Amino acid sequence: MAEETFEVNLTVNGIPRAAQVPARRLLSDCLRHDLAQTGTHVGCEHGVCGACTVLLDGTPVRSCLLFAVTVDGQAVTTMEGCQAPDGTLGPVQRAFMECHGLQCGFCTPGFVTTVTAFLRANPDPTEEQAREAIGGNLCRCTGYQNIVASVLRAAELLRERAE
Amino acid sequence: MTTVDAPVVLPAPPDSSAAPAAAGGPFGAAVWRKEDQRLAAGKGRYLDDLGHHALAAAFLRSPHAHARIVDIDITDALGVDGLVAIYTYEDLDGRMAEPLPLLIPHPSLHAPRTGYPLADGVVRHVGEAVAMVVATDRYAAEDAVERIRVTWEVLPAVVGLAAARAAGATVHEDVPDNVSAHMVQEVGAAPAAIDSAPFSLELKLHVERSASTPLEGKGVYARWDADDRSLRVYSSTQTSTSLRFALAAKLAIPVDRVEVVTPDVGGGFGVKIMHPWPEEVLVPWAAIRLGREVKWVEDRREHFVSSAHERAQEHTVRVGFDADGHILGLDVRFLHDNGAYTPYGIIVPIISSTQLLGPYKLGSYRVEFHSLYTNTVIVTPYRGAGRVHGCFVMERVMDAVADHCGLDRAEVRLRNMIRPEEMPYDQGLMFQDGRPLIYDTGDFPLSLSKALDLVDWNGFAAIRDAARAQGRRVGIGLAAYVEGTGVGPYEGAHVRVETTGDVVVSTGLTTQGQGHETVFAQIAAQELGVPLDRVTVTTGDTRRFSYGVGTFASRAAVMSGNAVAAAARKVKAKALGIAAEALAADVSELSIRDGEVIVGSFADEGGPRIALATVAVLANPLRYAFDEEAKRATQFATPAGDGPPVPEGSEPGLEATGWYSPIRSTFANGVHAAVVETDPETAEVTVLRYCVVHDCGTVINPMIVEGQVHGGVAQGVGGALYERIVYDESGQLVNASFMDFLMPYASEVPRIETDHVTSPSALNPLGVKGVGEAGVIPGHAVLASAVEDAEGFRIDRMPISPSELFELRRRNARGEVPSLRRVQGDAS
Repeated sequence: MAEETFEVNLTVNGIPRAAQVPARRLLSDCLRHDLAQTGTHVGCEHGVCGACTVLLDGTPVRSCLLFAVTVDGQAVTTMEGCQAPDGTLGPVQRAFMECHGLQCGFCTPGFVTTVTAFLRANPDPTEEQAREAIGGNLCRCTGYQNIVASVLRAAELLRERAE
Repeated sequence: MTTVDAPVVLPAPPDSSAAPAAAGGPFGAAVWRKEDQRLAAGKGRYLDDLGHHALAAAFLRSPHAHARIVDIDITDALGVDGLVAIYTYEDLDGRMAEPLPLLIPHPSLHAPRTGYPLADGVVRHVGEAVAMVVATDRYAAEDAVERIRVTWEVLPAVVGLAAARAAGATVHEDVPDNVSAHMVQEVGAAPAAIDSAPFSLELKLHVERSASTPLEGKGVYARWDADDRSLRVYSSTQTSTSLRFALAAKLAIPVDRVEVVTPDVGGGFGVKIMHPWPEEVLVPWAAIRLGREVKWVEDRREHFVSSAHERAQEHTVRVGFDADGHILGLDVRFLHDNGAYTPYGIIVPIISSTQLLGPYKLGSYRVEFHSLYTNTVIVTPYRGAGRVHGCFVMERVMDAVADHCGLDRAEVRLRNMIRPEEMPYDQGLMFQDGRPLIYDTGDFPLSLSKALDLVDWNGFAAIRDAARAQGRRVGIGLAAYVEGTGVGPYEGAHVRVETTGDVVVSTGLTTQGQGHETVFAQIAAQELGVPLDRVTVTTGDTRRFSYGVGTFASRAAVMSGNAVAAAARKVKAKALGIAAEALAADVSELSIRDGEVIVGSFADEGGPRIALATVAVLANPLRYAFDEEAKRATQFATPAGDGPPVPEGSEPGLEATGWYSPIRSTFANGVHAAVVETDPETAEVTVLRYCVVHDCGTVINPMIVEGQVHGGVAQGVGGALYERIVYDESGQLVNASFMDFLMPYASEVPRIETDHVTSPSALNPLGVKGVGEAGVIPGHAVLASAVEDAEGFRIDRMPISPSELFELRRRNARGEVPSLRRVQGDAS
């Protein structure tokens, strides 16, 4: 017997999107496979690594721990939504490039979304605060030092843009 | 006077943010990475970003470490909506029903055993694949997996080296002693030298299991075109070229009908050099049988229980030395846990036994290992591959000898080091590539002295005293290593100048985040005299370059780097020849800059010149014009010369293939120093400072080199203090999640301070050595050294957890673990 499905309406990176999904469909799978937003990555599917972090109405959440149907009507910001309007690197993304804050790039979307939300609330963090802010995301490549530098550089770029 | 106040203030490491290319050309400059325009924007294409409409595969895996399969009943699974197919061993045909290949045979590997794509009646580790389900999506496939009923006859499990050696039970019925390999190498007569030495010590040194755990697991996506009789396989692998040959052999398809493409890969660290994995042959096989696209993406639990682990070894070491700390003989016997099968041969223990010597010349050396089967996941290289253990053994010996003699630990190392004037230095052993273990270049005493300066080794006594006055325990540690990098047999590269002036580079080996697109572009741009942004690089796509070996053993920059340089030099020579004719000049008068070939000096603004794009047009004489550029190369566009349009010995197109095949490995080296604090009550270890001095020869991109070192150190710290793979006595992997296998977060990795030595390799034109594994190798050794220094008793097993250190303290207090001879700190 075919599995029952439900319509989910989301605003993804500012654009209204709809998907027809089973109740158990993870938000991460819905974004990646139903809506083809593959900038969100799945590293553990148990909420520890943080690669799947997206912003739900502006707040970082683990999209692998949420069912798509439970966020119906909400706004989701993914890695794609952290790009500049012209599709080039957004300020946080650019900071990661400048500071070599990524190597394989698989964990990067989770860091970029997390840092985006963090810098909105803390536009001028100390190095210690920057390290604390990324403390819930795993990276196997960089050793984090350059990610901390990326957070500080992103804050700089965002301040420059605001001026 | 230096004092310690909580928290200890650390000197800032050098700024690692990068600047655009230096004026001297892109080679050697800290240029930003080309791949980051894609990866930092979330536009990477990893395996599971492909094939959204493919069928999904899921696997039924053994819940038992050792069991006979009595029956597999799929009745309940057949009703699952979306089910397409269920396969077990009985369904495998042809070579698919045979064992998977033994990738690296070795004369000492006398009892090699490899698994089947799906278990043939017996499973030998938890996680071994038993059945494959294909369904319309992964959810449905897993539903069906859950409904397959297997009747098992559980057999005794062999877990741990002691049980394997005791051989009360066996992993393979026809290997009664569980020994897959036994190997001895000897230089001089170490046992006799130790017996006659003024002093001798025996140490037992253990390293436990860990794993690569890249953030992206493995994954395979296969497309079979039944009309074209061709197969395209995407795999998250470290070797597309070798996987292609393996698939052609296994599936009995002509190799020219098989393409393997490596998309962006979310980390490898060794586990993805192993191939072909069962899933890598099963997914394409199913795609062919079904005539449908099939994809499998490994989940985290699958990765823990079915992808390779590494590290577990137990060493018994005897060392003979004199009162000055000179080592006269070293005898190392160790047991290596190879898991249930040996598809990757005995590369890890071979590397351990040879790289153990590090930067030292010992009076004599004997090493003997037994590689043992256990009912656990297979063991194949993980970043550092065998060197971590070797370095741990050698450096523990150095500390023990220093303590016994009452000498400074740095001084004992220095006294035993090979001097720069002794290079090249032949250690008299055979290395992992079957070639002699000969160090090409390096100044080990210089690396040591820089590390001592960086960490302020001599100033530490004051810090220790100040800490102690506050009731705190701090310790300093030291570890040196030598790493064979750039092992053969070869890599190749193809460089082509397009008629637009763009340069396209391709090479066979793969990339997993090391920045190859950037460093290979830097090499090509430098060699050809073109701007960096005109160069694009493709790796790991057999459609573009089908010969190659793979990415492992810190070999990419050495192997493909030199191949790219060789190809670019050929292209340049060809371009200059064509330009010389076009400009009516002699080749010796020409040079290339910014994509233009110029006669004479660049200072001469109006001098004769020709764009490389135009040279590319002229390099391909045409009959048909397909665009404006091509018109200029057609046969009526220019007066006919005397000779043939494509001269004898030449080929059309401004392109060339270059190869690099080294006579043997090139050896990088380095010294790490760390300061730790151990909590007097909880025994928690905190790394206060971590200093790295490394020498990887000529540097192509210092930003990327620094990044490689940082990442390696993080894995070294994780491996020494947090990570371990834990099997219980029945062979269940009890910590198969990121909740329980403790990979370090930002809060666990210290700031890393670095300094550099540059000893260009004598073996390759670019003078480069590998750096991929440098950061991780001395991690166990340096942190054991520092914890030992803080605690005052010997640390002989890594990783070390707070509870283990706490227990060691209690045993030390009871007199069961002897204290160091030195009160605390070095004699100096």
